[in-house]
Amino acid sequence: MFGAAAVAVLATLVLALVRAVLGPTVFDRVLAGNTVGTLAVLLLATIGFVVERPEFLDLAIVYGVLNVVGTIAVLKFFRYGDLGE
Amino acid sequence: MLIIAVLLTLMAAVAVAVAVQRNLFSVVVLGGIYSFLMATVLVALDAVDVAMTEASVGAGISTVLLLGALYLCGGGEAKPLARPWLPLAVALVIAGALAYGTLGLPAFSDPQAPIHTHVVPRYLSAALAETGVPNVVTAVLASYRGYDTLGETTVVFTAGVGVIALLRRIGRRKKPGRGQ
Repeated sequence: MFGAAAVAVLATLVLALVRAVLGPTVFDRVLAGNTVGTLAVLLLATIGFVVERPEFLDLAIVYGVLNVVGTIAVLKFFRYGDLGE
Repeated sequence: MLIIAVLLTLMAAVAVAVAVQRNLFSVVVLGGIYSFLMATVLVALDAVDVAMTEASVGAGISTVLLLGALYLCGGGEAKPLARPWLPLAVALVIAGALAYGTLGLPAFSDPQAPIHTHVVPRYLSAALAETGVPNVVTAVLASYRGYDTLGETTVVFTAGVGVIALLRRIGRRKKPGRGQ
């Protein structure tokens, strides 16, 4: 079951990447980047259950925190033109 | 493993997109995506510590630093003056040689591979007695390869000092008349 979930997450990953590569505007790419981060979290969690190491969940949480930092930096740059003081 | 194969294929697609893309802001975002995929591959390969480093440095710090660089030097990449056929050919040849080299590698996680039979047994059996450090990884990094680690730390420290010196000068120049 978790294998099927992993395959589904991979398929979603492909779709998000298509948007990141083709995406006409920058916002498409920012959103796709954020989605890829979220999907990496999901993929880590499912991989953890597929290989029967549920402690991967903790790693997934750390990834989620990092993803927030990156996206906030990107959006702040876009809004203010620099990273602020 | 299917997941790793799919992820590596996606990473190749992202790398091509980074090379083609002319908007550097998009390139930074794509670079973050690349790092997240790489970190996931590393976790799937059971190299969790390396994956953490890749995710925090590659997707986190590098994105912020590259955005800072974009603020200083503008976000467009000029079209190349000539078609770079020669560099492309060199890169393709090197890629082919590296791919050919992987054919000679031992199978993944093969316990009889040379790297596992040469010095690793010695580390595992004698590290505690020789160094007094209970964690083998710490013993290898801080004792057996102590000078190597010292050199790496020196390089990182020098790079950090250089970056701080450059950014401080620019900040001081910008302060009086802000906004161009």
